[in-house]
Amino acid sequence: MPADFINLANVTISGVLTGLVYGLMALGLSVIFGVARVVNFAHGEMMTIAMYLALILFTSVNVNPFVAVLPVAILFFFIGYFLQLNIIQPFISRPEHAQFILLLAVAIIMTNSTLIAFGPDARSVTLDYLLESVEAGPLLIDRGKLYAALIALGAAVGLFSFFRFSLTGTAIRACADNWLGAKVAGLNVQHLYAITFGLGSACVAVAGCMLVLLVELTPAAGPAYTLLAFVIVIVGGLGSMNGALAGGILIGVAEGLAGLWLAPSAKSMFSFALMIAVLVLRPRGLLGNKL
Amino acid sequence: MNRRGRSLLALLGLLLLVLPSVADNYVLSLATLFLFFAYTGQAWNILMGFAGQLSLGHALYLGIGAYTSAALFSHFGIGPWAGLWLAIALSSLAGVIIGFLALRFSIAGVYFALLTIAFAEFARIGFDHFTWVGGSGGLFLKVLQREQIDLLNLRGTPTVFYYVILTLAAVAFLACSWLMQGRAGYYWQAIRENEEAAQALGINVFRWKMLAVIISAAMTSLAGVFQAFYYNNLFPEQVFNIARSIEIILGPIIGGIGTLFGPIVGAAVLTLLADSATELVAALGWDLPGLKQLIYGVALFLIIVFLPHGIWPRLARTLKVPQ
Amino acid sequence: MTPLLTLHGVSKSFRGLRAVSNASFGVESNGLVALMGPNGAGKTTLFNLIAGVLRPDGGEIYFDGKRIDAWRPDQVCAAGIARTFQIVKPFAGLTVVDNVVVGALQRAANLKDARTRAEAVLTTLGLSAKRDLPPQTLTLAERKRLEIARALATQPKLLLLDEALAGLRPTECDELVATMRDIHKREGIAILIIEHVMRAVMALAHRVVVLHHGEVIAQGAPAEVVRDRAVIDSYLGEDATL
Repeated sequence: MPADFINLANVTISGVLTGLVYGLMALGLSVIFGVARVVNFAHGEMMTIAMYLALILFTSVNVNPFVAVLPVAILFFFIGYFLQLNIIQPFISRPEHAQFILLLAVAIIMTNSTLIAFGPDARSVTLDYLLESVEAGPLLIDRGKLYAALIALGAAVGLFSFFRFSLTGTAIRACADNWLGAKVAGLNVQHLYAITFGLGSACVAVAGCMLVLLVELTPAAGPAYTLLAFVIVIVGGLGSMNGALAGGILIGVAEGLAGLWLAPSAKSMFSFALMIAVLVLRPRGLLGNKL
Repeated sequence: MNRRGRSLLALLGLLLLVLPSVADNYVLSLATLFLFFAYTGQAWNILMGFAGQLSLGHALYLGIGAYTSAALFSHFGIGPWAGLWLAIALSSLAGVIIGFLALRFSIAGVYFALLTIAFAEFARIGFDHFTWVGGSGGLFLKVLQREQIDLLNLRGTPTVFYYVILTLAAVAFLACSWLMQGRAGYYWQAIRENEEAAQALGINVFRWKMLAVIISAAMTSLAGVFQAFYYNNLFPEQVFNIARSIEIILGPIIGGIGTLFGPIVGAAVLTLLADSATELVAALGWDLPGLKQLIYGVALFLIIVFLPHGIWPRLARTLKVPQ
Repeated sequence: MTPLLTLHGVSKSFRGLRAVSNASFGVESNGLVALMGPNGAGKTTLFNLIAGVLRPDGGEIYFDGKRIDAWRPDQVCAAGIARTFQIVKPFAGLTVVDNVVVGALQRAANLKDARTRAEAVLTTLGLSAKRDLPPQTLTLAERKRLEIARALATQPKLLLLDEALAGLRPTECDELVATMRDIHKREGIAILIIEHVMRAVMALAHRVVVLHHGEVIAQGAPAEVVRDRAVIDSYLGEDATL
């Protein structure tokens, strides 16, 4: 097989795998935005904090991210729950822009706190056994990306199952469909919204723990990830969990290819252009509901 | 505006006018910063406070204004007084595009905010590759000796720049004041309060929102022109950065969206915060990148949670001045 | 004499549900017509179709010799139709007088003329004393008056009033009815009202159009229409004291 084609295939697979991790991050946002209607401008910043947490656990107590992922996710669940119930909840009745600005403020505080605490230099977590690539025929798959993607997929499946099969999950879906009706039916909407935000935060934590193995970590990455999450959610389709994952994969592959064919820094330009195009031409995204 | 308010305003004006003769360069630079934020805040306020659209990408217009005028000066020797017209034209065009996309395709609220962010980011990365204006390496303007004043090309002492930005800010304030008392003011407020009712009363919502977008964009681009000639260097990474967009909105939000004095009060608070951050860092002796932004974030958080209408309404009541 | 407003076979469906079906009627340039029918009959939808908020799926709407069914709400207002909303929508951040000025600016050449017109309309509606107050401080009856004042300030040829009397006490109701009759006579404009309150309809309307399930089931003088079998059948449970 020609080397170019193999190269293309490798880049594509790499894009799919990374995309799954991004997809999990976007899934968290989709759930938060789709259900609790919270515009989480601090989404990427939260993930960055999770990444730093994973980094600290690795460098100080030698706990690798695959193990750290569970405690960090649980911690973030509670952080998200608390954030929604106590800080964001009062803003539901306020004008829309007040909520954005609140989360924007939270995002700014998060980004700059990590900047002050960790400095602007890039860090990363490297596990030696991840450096070995997995061979699948003529293709070379990055082991780290493979494991990370599998865990991300696992978390996504877990979330899907929760919403599909559990009582609480069904209650949350009811809230998303019909907030007033849910209240009338006796559901504690505030509590359920808080759980949703907690779940979204847990997604972000898992994605972060996995991402720290794949990319370099800087505080400035937070805002970029927030934007990426929104791009994915809009392209994939609001309110659609499948859309978030599909969008993640699409963006992962697109960015990989854009990096291959255009200049590497043009990657995000492409994502932004795609988001603008979707907002204008097909607001519901790939798999979303008609707005 | 009652007598009390007018006299307070006159006092402020007088203070600002004589400042250069009593202040040192440091205070002058702070005052320049204050007036810059007051001006850009006022420009942004037209779109948000009056037409109700939250833009988080206003750095786009700053950058277009800055780069257009700087490029004209750098490559063709065309001075800023001529260059600013092209700057206004181009940023108005950008505003028209964004406004059209948003209004025609009903992109509002969070989607509109994201749209504006996307355009600014697109420009930031794009200009990094735009080698004719220096790319990521930056664009630099020729600087004369400090004492030489060349008004035609806007080269000169800090005092010169101070008076330029003071004039801009004053004109902006007066223009907004005049607008708000006229048909535009009534229509914009009506649109902001209840679009459906406004339309039922014969207001062409699309046209008036578009007008707000364009005026806001054009005004902001002038600040960009000022910025280019004041700092003499431009980097896409800084000029189009989302941090700039956030700085623009901080003043009006802290001071009070939708009011005339809000952006001014907010700009003052913002400048004080920026200064205290610098002082703090100097006092501690550490290098704390991000401290200034952190203080901004905390201020924004406190305001939106405890004083969502901004400081000005409360202050106005205390001073017994109408809002 | 051709009517000022004419509807020809106007229809509108929402996802398969026929809200308005083949509606035809007219309003003369000095007429006062009441649009009646049980809840869900399609009355507000008809208003929205006339006012340009919705576009009909079928049929035509003519106003003052022009076909307006494809026009935007602001264009419809410019043509001379002003409407109020069932749930009033005052501009909360503006004073009472400024609310009306917004309406007056539609025809006024400048702000001064708009203010003059606004003050005059406020007097007509009896709201002059409250001119500098925010709308939130007004009673429901006063807010309804404000809604009408704002629409009236645009100098319309036709005024659409959507349940202006709903929720008012009988005395408030009678006062507003008197004002409406006064406006009709003094300003010489046509009025089309949606109303459930029978005594108002009987007191005001020259003609009544009755809707049921989106169709016009009766039209004519009030006294005839209320004795119409079909009307009585459709109106089970509504206020029927004559």
